[in-house]
Amino acid sequence: MAGTAVLGRLTWQVGTVTALREETSTARTIVVGLPQWPGHLAGQHVDVRLTAEDGYSAQRSYSIASAPANGNLELTVQRLPDGEVSSYLAGALEVGYPLELRGPIGGWFVWEPDTQVPVMLVAGGSGVVPLMAMIRTREAAGNKAPFRLVYSVRSPDTELYKDELAERQRRGDGLDVTYVYTRTTPPGWPVPPGRINAGVLESAGWPPDRRPAVFVCGPTPFVEAVANLLVNAGHDSRLIKTERFGPTGGKS
Amino acid sequence: MGIVSPGFHGRRQAGQKLPPGQYLVTDFPVLSAGPTPRVDTGSWELRITSETGQVHSWNWAEFRALPSEDITVDIHCVTKWSKLHTGWQGVSLDTLLAGVETSAGFALARSYGGYTTNLPLPDLRDGQAWIAYEFDGSPLAAEHGGPARLLVPHLYFWKSAKWVSGIDLRAKDEPGFWESLGYHNYGDPWREQRYWGD
Repeated sequence: MAGTAVLGRLTWQVGTVTALREETSTARTIVVGLPQWPGHLAGQHVDVRLTAEDGYSAQRSYSIASAPANGNLELTVQRLPDGEVSSYLAGALEVGYPLELRGPIGGWFVWEPDTQVPVMLVAGGSGVVPLMAMIRTREAAGNKAPFRLVYSVRSPDTELYKDELAERQRRGDGLDVTYVYTRTTPPGWPVPPGRINAGVLESAGWPPDRRPAVFVCGPTPFVEAVANLLVNAGHDSRLIKTERFGPTGGKS
Repeated sequence: MGIVSPGFHGRRQAGQKLPPGQYLVTDFPVLSAGPTPRVDTGSWELRITSETGQVHSWNWAEFRALPSEDITVDIHCVTKWSKLHTGWQGVSLDTLLAGVETSAGFALARSYGGYTTNLPLPDLRDGQAWIAYEFDGSPLAAEHGGPARLLVPHLYFWKSAKWVSGIDLRAKDEPGFWESLGYHNYGDPWREQRYWGD
């Protein structure tokens, strides 16, 4: 697993879907068995390639959700409206189907389990997927670095990994999770729905003088807003790693 | 051809000739490794440094006084999206390099915020590269690399360094930021040179 940035050529390999888990009404985790998986670092992604009978193919990148393990990996795919690939992966795909992919890819947005500095994870929507890989890798490696996750979701029914995160937090082994609900809160939630803001990042994250490693992942406007708030709060921009997806949300 | 994905039909885009593995978008996604640097044109400077250490520099006013061009090009991001017929305004690297004496074979572009990317110097010449400061008729937004970014549309878009601050001309090639982290050293989308070894 060490040094798996990317070594040598990344060849396409054919895995088999061994399990499917519905995470929400629009997101699904796909467990893929792979004959030769070199392992990966938490935060890396794979390229998935789908091929139609006439040879037409389409590729997309998906973050890996699981901790490194021999012979398999998990992807969590959010079905996008009109998503050419995601609607297949979170739709027609069934257990036993072949799935072609290559990876692991990306040597920047990664957390390595031999580090002990505090970690701050900030997720918007399905941006939680690579951050979940970090949380799972931390436990699998027996790492005790304190982690704080701030997870912004539209509503309770769009939370990914809800039970697992609740269980991990209950265990009290150094992972704190704070939810931000932007449209609908759970019943009895102490604050009205609203966007993530400086106050939440300050109270639920780490102060800048602790020099946490910060990972922010989500839609572009979310990541832009959070990264700016963190820089304005005094966090060192060199310690903030970002991964953005989706459109800019307007003409720019 | 890869193995067939049972039940996958796909959405063919008739009449569009895209590089292999790319799909068409109409919006303009953003990819950056960290927070967006805020660069003030009052202190902005572009420096071209030759392999002998000779520096040519332009402040914003000097840069904007150079002859500029309307540029309409297709762009291709390694994350698979392509955007066609994008409209830019910028200064050709031919203009910027005209007075620079060099026999360097390579270039390393540098950005405010610390980003770097490398490319062969000939890829910056002959009408193939610009320093762009307008997109779609408006000043280039910070998240897209404003006030000015490199624009080298024949290579994957990570080579088009946002927030460009300078270009070092080098006798020897040196990998930049993504090129050190698993991405291809050259990055030709038509040959699908995404990652090391492609």
